[in-house]
Amino acid sequence: MLLTAIIFLPLVGAIVTALMPKDRGSVARWIAAGVTAADLALVVFLALRFDVAQGMQFAEKIAWVPQFGISYHLGVDGISITMLFLSALLSLIAVVASWKMETKPTAYFAMLLLLEVGMNGVFVALDFVLFYVFWELVLVPMYFLIGTWGGPRREYASIKFFLYTLFGSVFMLVGIIALYLQTGTFDISAMADLGLPATFQWWVFAAFFLGFAVKVPVFPLHTWLPDAHVEAPTAASVLLAGIMLKMGTYGFIRIALPILPNAANQWAPFITALAAISIVYGAALAFAQTDLKKLVAYSSVSHMGFVMLGIASGTAEGLNGAVAVMFSHGVVTGMLFLIVGMVYERTHTRMIQDVSGLSNQVPVAGGLLAFASFASLGLPGLSGFVGEFLTLLGAWKSSVPAAWVVIAAIGVLLAAAYTLSMVQRVILGAPSEAVSKISDLTVREVAVLVPLVVLTLTVGLYWNSLLRFTDPVVTRIVAMLAGA
Amino acid sequence: MSAFGSNPWLAVAVPFIVAVVIAALGRRATAVTQWVAVLGPITASLVGLAGLQGSVASSSVPWLTQGSASIDAGVAVDGLSAIMLVVVGVVATMVVVFSVGYLEHDGAKARYFSLLALFTAAMSLLVMSTNLVTLFIGWELVGACSYLLIGFWYHKPSAASAAMKAFLTTRVGDVGMLLGLALLWKTTGSLDIATITGAAPGLTAATATAAALLLFMGAAGKSAQFPLHIWLPDAMEGPTPVSALIHAATMVAAGVFLIARMWPLFEVSEAARAVVLWVGTFTALFAATIACVQSDIKKVLAYSTISQLGFMFAALGAGAWGAAMFHLVTHAAFKALLFLGSGSVIHGTGTQDIREMGGLARQMPVTTLTWVVGATALAGIPPLAGFFSKDAVLAGVLHAVPAAGAVLLGASLLTAFYAFRVTRVAFFGQSRAETAAHESPLSMTAPLVVLAALAAVLGFFGGSITHALGLEAEGLEAAVAGASVLAAVIGIVVGIVLYAGDLERAEVLKGRFQRVHRLAFGGWGVDALVQRTIVAPAGAIAGWVYRVLDRTVIDGGVEGIGAGAQFAGKIASRLQSGETDVYASLVAVGFIVVMGIVLWAGR
Repeated sequence: MLLTAIIFLPLVGAIVTALMPKDRGSVARWIAAGVTAADLALVVFLALRFDVAQGMQFAEKIAWVPQFGISYHLGVDGISITMLFLSALLSLIAVVASWKMETKPTAYFAMLLLLEVGMNGVFVALDFVLFYVFWELVLVPMYFLIGTWGGPRREYASIKFFLYTLFGSVFMLVGIIALYLQTGTFDISAMADLGLPATFQWWVFAAFFLGFAVKVPVFPLHTWLPDAHVEAPTAASVLLAGIMLKMGTYGFIRIALPILPNAANQWAPFITALAAISIVYGAALAFAQTDLKKLVAYSSVSHMGFVMLGIASGTAEGLNGAVAVMFSHGVVTGMLFLIVGMVYERTHTRMIQDVSGLSNQVPVAGGLLAFASFASLGLPGLSGFVGEFLTLLGAWKSSVPAAWVVIAAIGVLLAAAYTLSMVQRVILGAPSEAVSKISDLTVREVAVLVPLVVLTLTVGLYWNSLLRFTDPVVTRIVAMLAGA
Repeated sequence: MSAFGSNPWLAVAVPFIVAVVIAALGRRATAVTQWVAVLGPITASLVGLAGLQGSVASSSVPWLTQGSASIDAGVAVDGLSAIMLVVVGVVATMVVVFSVGYLEHDGAKARYFSLLALFTAAMSLLVMSTNLVTLFIGWELVGACSYLLIGFWYHKPSAASAAMKAFLTTRVGDVGMLLGLALLWKTTGSLDIATITGAAPGLTAATATAAALLLFMGAAGKSAQFPLHIWLPDAMEGPTPVSALIHAATMVAAGVFLIARMWPLFEVSEAARAVVLWVGTFTALFAATIACVQSDIKKVLAYSTISQLGFMFAALGAGAWGAAMFHLVTHAAFKALLFLGSGSVIHGTGTQDIREMGGLARQMPVTTLTWVVGATALAGIPPLAGFFSKDAVLAGVLHAVPAAGAVLLGASLLTAFYAFRVTRVAFFGQSRAETAAHESPLSMTAPLVVLAALAAVLGFFGGSITHALGLEAEGLEAAVAGASVLAAVIGIVVGIVLYAGDLERAEVLKGRFQRVHRLAFGGWGVDALVQRTIVAPAGAIAGWVYRVLDRTVIDGGVEGIGAGAQFAGKIASRLQSGETDVYASLVAVGFIVVMGIVLWAGR
């Protein structure tokens, strides 16, 4: 029941806040904070009782539509618990970071809570119908968050986001139905490593690839991302980059690799190529940006490329690295979006040319942005390096062409280039006019960032703090791929 | 000593804790904490000294599991790391003490001393690591400290740019190093240094060469070897004590250390050693020519450092890695001395331009005396330290590849010339300054005296250093020593004679060879070429990729060809007329209907 509680506690909160009178924003935010905090506490409780040596745990399985083999089936393993923790943590942070929300606050907090329902659900669902419901559920609140509380071009951005993802989901749905027709069940865990026919696997993988790759996003399906991010309110950006992009890569790891291992091997060279291109291409786009938030958004394309590189490698190093990048990117990009948002609230501009000398004027904000930047460019000792390093080890070790690995490694240099040139222009130097009057971060704002700083250091300094959860699962997946 | 011997982690932990404490106590406590900062480097040198007596235990913690393989984060102190620890510890201690005087009036002292302590911790980790992952972590962290200290006065745009240039240029090398690690992981299944060096003889020649050259890329970036040397002269934007510690004595020598550490791998690959030899040899001569014409005292020392590191790489390439390490040690002493001396001069005169100095000997006697010791050691005059170590380097290279040895002899001549050119122009003759200089306070002169003493006597410890590395010590060779001293004397004489009448003769000469002078002054145009062919186009390419390729071709294409895009266009245009909620509500209703059907079906 623990997992059910973790998923649906935010739903209760969402219903309560949605039904509240519109002028009760200050109550709604406390409810939202309380619910997300309680949810995080449940996840931590779960993680403390989690045994890394075992596979799926805390499973709940109730027949739902038995005539179609649909069941209400939940469970967590080392990879899903990692993502579940990130989802619960970032949801709480998103609520606290939105404390000053004045526009339709009750509806806003209801949407954030509804979003958490979907995100939590995706990471623990073990039945395809359930998975699909949660997957689609996420779209609705995010659509409203961007479309209602977003920037000037919010309608365009929210619809583009919606259609793109919907386009992907349609293919995913086709894949799910094909798998059902082939196996007679919708149970994800029952489908792993069945030795399905190779050609069948190839086509189903193609369908899932489209569904997941849009979400990640993989080049050239990434163009919805910057529009969505730039228009989205800060908290939505944090969750979009921090959790929703990972739903795509999680889909590859949870579904595509174990169920379609043969096809995964066949697709690996192609995905490796796209991953390497995403890394370098995303970095080039980030380098060209004049808008701080767009820069962070495009850097996500580059970082998620490393996740795909690790997944395509099919090695233990690569897959552990992929999850490490997913986790670290969630934490670090969360920090970046939060700080950019905090600066924007004060200066009312995100143009890099108008924001400079943060360190001089607001040393706490400048220092934390510098810290997040170094984590983002993969400085060893901080979390970003762990996954980049391991995915490169894994990719080089796998049978994919080495040239793509070299290209991906160049991405490490490019990340330093676009990040440090941002640091130089925004953090260093003399304060610009827009910056010269602003005040430093408040206690609430610092409190929002501190947990993320702590996680960045913990994972970066002691890799096993994260990898001990992922490695046993990864080992099993690698065995399936090797046997296919 | 035994406490330091039993736990090498102290050399990392103590400076790290010191760094945190200094940062946490902040600005008001710096009167005390600036002195606390010496605890870090003193601990590092004590662990190093314990190691030299052979009494340090190794220590490791399981750190990373990877399928069946695993990596332990381990540190151990052998002769090589003990030597490095002592060098880092002693120089850093001197630099901390010197900085107390040098940065007396700076408001950001907490940040400064905290970073110095953090640097010491990272450097200790680098030199003690028993596997390449933690070594690489230390390697990158010293780079980050270097970045933050070059950009210490970050309100200056030149300092901010120099910091970024340093980080990015060294990262070019680090990309190679990362790939080298990946290659070694693939071929040996381990990143444990002992395992790799043990497996090295069994590697194919191609693999060994590739791995060695990829590691050398990292080393060349860190140690500013051609063509990745371009960041080091700019790095002089940082406070001068930082230049002494990081950009002369320790971090930039880490590349030499890396190759010494991975020596069995380089031993297998003759091709890789040849590359190291010739890159080092070329860099030694190339940078020496540039040092001869600089007028900024710190730029002379920066190019001198690049050149001296070239000597060390040449020795490595020639197989004389003991000589390379010996020269690393003496160079750390006399180059740290020269940098701190230049810091004292800058402190006393308020300028870095040697043409605005002159006659400092009378005003700054201690600084001058110690500078002359350092310059003489750099020039390679017996019995100072530089003579012995350079002799070992020259002997090793001359025996292996005589042509390279000859080039290094030429570089030695230039070294003696530029060392005494600066000495003559800045410290002797008539003063060209508008205001009188003053001698620096005791906290600055005391480290100069200590380092001068080391620069004077360290040469006699060549045997012990080689012994600590587990190598056979070799005696001086009369022919090599004679040639080397002759080259040095010629260089010194030319330097003193050319500048005997102050700057006049040199100005005449400069006028005659204006074009060559300008080229040499600008570093033979390498930096400008990199700026023009790589840095400038990068921005333009990125801009084109963004505007044309991404926004127009890909995004435009996706929107244009999809039928869904037209659909989106229609809806978007309707939405813009104020019907936002219609579509949104439709989505919600649709979702509820789907949910309803599913739930109904499941009754």
